[in-house]
Amino acid sequence: MIIFADIMNATIIFAIPLLVVALGGMFSERSGTINIALEGIMIVGALFSCLYLNSVSKSGWGADHPLLAMLFAILIAGFSGIIFSLFLALASVSLKADQTIGGTALNMFAPAFAIVLTWAIQGQGQTTIEIPTWVRITQQSLGLTPSATPNFMETFIFKNLFLTTPVVLLFLAITVFVIYKTRFGLRLRACGEHPQAADSVGINVYRLRYTGVGISGFLGGIGGLAFTIAAGSGFQSTVAGYGFFALAVMIFGNWKPVRIFGAALFFALFKVIGSYTGSISFLPRFEGVKSADYIYQMLPYIVTMIVLIFTSKKSRAPKAEGIPYDKGTR
Amino acid sequence: MMTKFKKIVQSPGFSSFLASVASIGIGLIFGYLILAVINPSMSLYGLGKILFAGASDAERISKVLYQAAPLLMTGLAVGFAFKTGLFNIGATGQYTMGAFFALYAGIILKMPWWAALLAAMVGGAIWGAIPGICKALFNVNEVITAIMFNWIGLFAVNLSLLNIPKILDKVSANRTVNLAVANKSAIIPKAGLDTLFGSSYMNISILITAGIAIVIYIVLNKTTFGYELKACGLNRNASIYAGINAKRNIILSMVISGGLAGIGGGIYYLSGTAQFLVVKSLLAMGFNGIPVALLATSNPVGTIFSSLFVSYIQVGGEAMQPQFSPEIINIIISVIIYLSAFSMLLKGLINRLLTRQNSKREKEMELKASSVIDDSKSIQPEAANANHSESEDVNK
Repeated sequence: MIIFADIMNATIIFAIPLLVVALGGMFSERSGTINIALEGIMIVGALFSCLYLNSVSKSGWGADHPLLAMLFAILIAGFSGIIFSLFLALASVSLKADQTIGGTALNMFAPAFAIVLTWAIQGQGQTTIEIPTWVRITQQSLGLTPSATPNFMETFIFKNLFLTTPVVLLFLAITVFVIYKTRFGLRLRACGEHPQAADSVGINVYRLRYTGVGISGFLGGIGGLAFTIAAGSGFQSTVAGYGFFALAVMIFGNWKPVRIFGAALFFALFKVIGSYTGSISFLPRFEGVKSADYIYQMLPYIVTMIVLIFTSKKSRAPKAEGIPYDKGTR
Repeated sequence: MMTKFKKIVQSPGFSSFLASVASIGIGLIFGYLILAVINPSMSLYGLGKILFAGASDAERISKVLYQAAPLLMTGLAVGFAFKTGLFNIGATGQYTMGAFFALYAGIILKMPWWAALLAAMVGGAIWGAIPGICKALFNVNEVITAIMFNWIGLFAVNLSLLNIPKILDKVSANRTVNLAVANKSAIIPKAGLDTLFGSSYMNISILITAGIAIVIYIVLNKTTFGYELKACGLNRNASIYAGINAKRNIILSMVISGGLAGIGGGIYYLSGTAQFLVVKSLLAMGFNGIPVALLATSNPVGTIFSSLFVSYIQVGGEAMQPQFSPEIINIIISVIIYLSAFSMLLKGLINRLLTRQNSKREKEMELKASSVIDDSKSIQPEAANANHSESEDVNK
């Protein structure tokens, strides 16, 4: 049974970055801007928050106040994401450039910038920013005493728990409320569906699109941090394509927050099964095939594709996404 | 002579060329600023390496040409899909597949190099067809399918390679066997270029790829098929209304695009100097096709020059080591693409500057003419009677 608790725990840990980044992408696309730069935004958020974590760890302050330090790291990740995403907004909203091209440029910029900066700070060839061990929340750090034998609930919750997990789940709740229950959410959706109509009733389309992209930067940056601490081997100037997976999760979730949560869990579950093949007894072993774990590594992508093929006929992207809004056009 | 020059200056091609040059200039200045921030005393040395190392000796020149050939193919692949309104981010998966098909054909089936290249094209085309079919028949966004199949392709190739013992190197089992040992005829011919340049990197691959680029240019601009593809890219609904089969064109465009990227993989790994490594991350050569295509504004002939440029500064970036990390080159390229994203704006600005200069000249002429009139008019009230006849003449 413990193995199942393990798998469920790992699934949540890997679903969290996918969820928060896909929610970010949703905010941007609902406002009418395709945000293909999520990968780059994640890298920038992870870069600055990991640099911060590393520095407070060295000064010793971080180990004394782990939760507070982690909260600051989340904020730093979010705000560096906002600043970076403004470049996308500038190109695609104000200057009306092609949104995929601007996003591609930012995706290329971010990892290169991260490597150059880590070289410059840590010295030549040192491309990994170590993450301190105190970022993990344990029962001891919360003042609880762990039971002597490992039990299901404790493994499920505390095997790997970071502050990002509850924060992101809180963001999910806020997102559902903001998108469906507030004036801002309605206006944001209007800008993604029919910006001319929104403009005609006095909504500032440009400002809302900047806001949408900015929120996606905030959430994307946090997602970068969440991914890096979940992956567990330090920041190496990459998020392994998770920004793009998040885009797939967003489309799979049909641009709706709760469905995106489901899609993220689904994708993460198959990803985790792929890496836990050795310890799950009922999975086929593929005797006689060398390096059969590659088969399981392909699994999440293949399953997602099959689901997309069956669901995409009905899927509906925001109508005006990808088209720069020009006041002069009809 | 003057009018011919004027015509060239005012043509849209010239202003987009100027816009690209301006973007490249700004990108290089940005790169220099980063060098200056990191290490001020060595910054000029670094810039010198970026700008001139690629042409410093025959070995480096041949390396530029050697790396430009696969870049040109992936750039063509991305650009071709762009022309049909599709974003082929899957060039890296198609490139990997092409490499695998080429190596299988060359090492296991003992095919000659040209047949192995055709096999590479088939491999890439199959991997390109999947996103095309999903887009045309199931309405799945091609970007998502392509990303998924990049990873599926990479893992499938790794899995296949590790299960075909004959294709692997005897000593280190995570790379393919050297072509010179397995099948010499699968190595792309050098046609004496290696002795001419004095480098083993040199072969005829850049010539083959440049030839393909020209063929693609002709297909896109001089045939009905190319016209239909471009029409689909510009306005899908209008082209459907005009009787063009948009679904077929989407699939065909992705098949051709994938085939081009596949040839890129074949041409790189059939050179005899590269061995395919089993890695767990996507190959960068496919992604670098995107900037190559964007710099050339998807023009196939322009892609020849942009791939040479990207390859040139990449070789320059490698020469900057160990003082600077070669990733600075990627920063420069990304700044250039970012600027080219609003190249329309830059183009408009350049156009306005050019036409303003022309109209200024015209205005000056006008002003001269009108000033004579004005002068005469201003004189008129005072000397109306005396100069009556004269002013009338000027007014005429």
